[in-house]
Amino acid sequence: MKKFLTKSFAWFGYLAVLLLLPQFFDSILAVSLFNQMAIAIVFALSYNMLLGQGGMLSFGHAVYFGLGGFLAVHALLLIEFETVYFSIVYIPLLAGLVGLLAALFIGSFSTRKAGTVFAMISLGIGELLAASSLIFVSFFGGEAGVSGDRTYGPPLFGVEFFQGIEIYYLAAAWVFVATLFMYLFTQTPAGRMANAVRDNPERAEFIGYSARRVRYISFCASGFFAGIAGGLYALNYEFVTEETLNAVTSGRVLLMAYIGGLGYFIGPILGAVILTLMNSLLSNYTDLWMLYLGILFLLTVLFLPKGFAGFIMMHRVAWLQRRIGKLVLPYLATGIPAMLFMATCVLMLELSHLEDESLSVLSIDLSASSPFTWIGLLLIATISMLVTRRTLPALREAWEFANHMTDEPESKS
Amino acid sequence: MFEILVFATLNGLVTGLLLFMLASGLTLIFSMMGVLNFAHASLYMLGAYFAYSISLYLGFWLGLLIAPLLVGVLGALIERYGLRRVHQHGHVAELVFTFGLAFLIDEAVQFFWGPDTKNYQSPDVLDFPLFTLFGQEFSAYRGFMIGISVLIFIGLYRLLTRSRVGIIIQAAITHPHTVANLGHNVPLIFMAVFGVGSALAGVAGVIAGPVLTTFPGMAAVLGSIVFVIVVIGGLGSLAGALIASLLIGLLQSYAIASNLGVADLLNLLGLEFSRDHPLTDLWTLTLPQIAPILPYLLLILVLIFRPTGLLGNREQ
Repeated sequence: MKKFLTKSFAWFGYLAVLLLLPQFFDSILAVSLFNQMAIAIVFALSYNMLLGQGGMLSFGHAVYFGLGGFLAVHALLLIEFETVYFSIVYIPLLAGLVGLLAALFIGSFSTRKAGTVFAMISLGIGELLAASSLIFVSFFGGEAGVSGDRTYGPPLFGVEFFQGIEIYYLAAAWVFVATLFMYLFTQTPAGRMANAVRDNPERAEFIGYSARRVRYISFCASGFFAGIAGGLYALNYEFVTEETLNAVTSGRVLLMAYIGGLGYFIGPILGAVILTLMNSLLSNYTDLWMLYLGILFLLTVLFLPKGFAGFIMMHRVAWLQRRIGKLVLPYLATGIPAMLFMATCVLMLELSHLEDESLSVLSIDLSASSPFTWIGLLLIATISMLVTRRTLPALREAWEFANHMTDEPESKS
Repeated sequence: MFEILVFATLNGLVTGLLLFMLASGLTLIFSMMGVLNFAHASLYMLGAYFAYSISLYLGFWLGLLIAPLLVGVLGALIERYGLRRVHQHGHVAELVFTFGLAFLIDEAVQFFWGPDTKNYQSPDVLDFPLFTLFGQEFSAYRGFMIGISVLIFIGLYRLLTRSRVGIIIQAAITHPHTVANLGHNVPLIFMAVFGVGSALAGVAGVIAGPVLTTFPGMAAVLGSIVFVIVVIGGLGSLAGALIASLLIGLLQSYAIASNLGVADLLNLLGLEFSRDHPLTDLWTLTLPQIAPILPYLLLILVLIFRPTGLLGNREQ
């Protein structure tokens, strides 16, 4: 009962955040950022259904997203030319059904195996569709893409979806519903078996489940939700190009889900928010943000295999034992020099990227042409790295202490 | 018609052998570690860029020598400090790691060399037509590319099947624990194979750079095709990789050279269609148009009907 209460509390909190966000940040820029986040959340969660919960690594997940998006734009065009007449509110559902149809077809042969074979088929299909989209111009619009107008549909309660904020509330509603259903899917027998098949397909087969069918079900559900995300994308931008279904988009969703944390339901949400923020905020300041993203991704794969969500969840034992406080000081002692090290590295990258200009940091002017700048920065980087290495053993010790079981083992959740 | 066929064959051969140089390293690495290296094509691109920078100071030939060495060392470092670390987290983590590496290398290339195309030239010594056929010239550089690829194939084949090192490597693929018990350093062998495979990709980059242009997208152009080849040929099979490379190279080259289309097929069947039918894109489709998607179609067909690939024998 208590668990149920905490869970419903979390869902109400999620809903409240979704609804109240634009009350605090109401600039056009912020709202467009929230729209991107909403789309990314649904897309990343649908990807996690495949990789995190089903163990299927896909390099072509943009196929379902893009097909949903293209269908949504065509639906907008049909509404505009009065061939059909319905509110645009339902378009994401339509787009989801297209994603489901595509997944039903593709999954019928690609889910036979997980692992490398599945990854390669998904890559092949992704490339195939991306290349075909440039050939079949009448549906995909070639390189120019297809654009529509969302304001022609019948207004819903007087809302005509002129503004980004109106689309935000529409997207927020869809995001909430989609997130809820994706969570509920993980609780169904199909969702539970997906985990079993991911961990040990052979054993799952021995209890009498067809691993292929279990994968197929997850795959179709994932395609459906990716389609919904694509439909939201089309409604937000009113413009869909070939890029929505090519390898770049497929790669981005993998990055989001992985950085956020596979295997945790909240992970992809975190990843979607972090990456969207990085994308729109960092790209204003630097051309190198993709490089930083690559570095962040590799560091995550190397050191945080369970992503940011996994990093947070690592502290569960320490929290339950009320020893989390013991970690604060060691964290600061290692974290501050580590941050300093990274900041200096970023500064050096930026300086070497600028030509003959100077950079002003903390009201100190750094000139890229002066050797003193470089010597100083290298010195700071070396010292901070050494300090980080020196403080690491203390952190490890504190970590061991905080996680050392003295009381009864934690109850399985 | 005949001359088109001859030149399509020659061009297909050049592309196919170039693809093989990439695929051979990739398949060798796969058969050792069971991981498909996504960054392989990025290492190929690095080879081209290294060679370009070296050729500015030391000329083409030293570039051909040094750049693959650099790429090989980089590959060995990636194995030692990257792959070996993520190996404990399973195959998916390894695949994702190489994917991230490919992403990072592409960005790093843009950081160091900029986003524009580099003027990387083939050496003047090879700047003459090798022979003239039906009034068309076949450049000596393309002949040189064919020569190098064939040499590498023969060398690699002999190394793997006829030398002591090759026997140890082959044994380490199938029975790593036994080989380790015999006193060989298996992790070192893995690292060396990864380095050699990367160096092969580097060679491919060095000799392909002048022909296929050296630009930051060159990894993406070949990257997924090389995967297709390795999978079609059968994961881990060197001979399969050769057959698949030539198959794909020739297939694409013939498709581009021909001007057949769906319209011709319909005419043959005596069918007519109007230009403003909604499916007009389908009916005006021509072979050159679908040339880029042929490899992927082949890949999907192979994976559905023969998941082990043409010559693969391992169900994984």
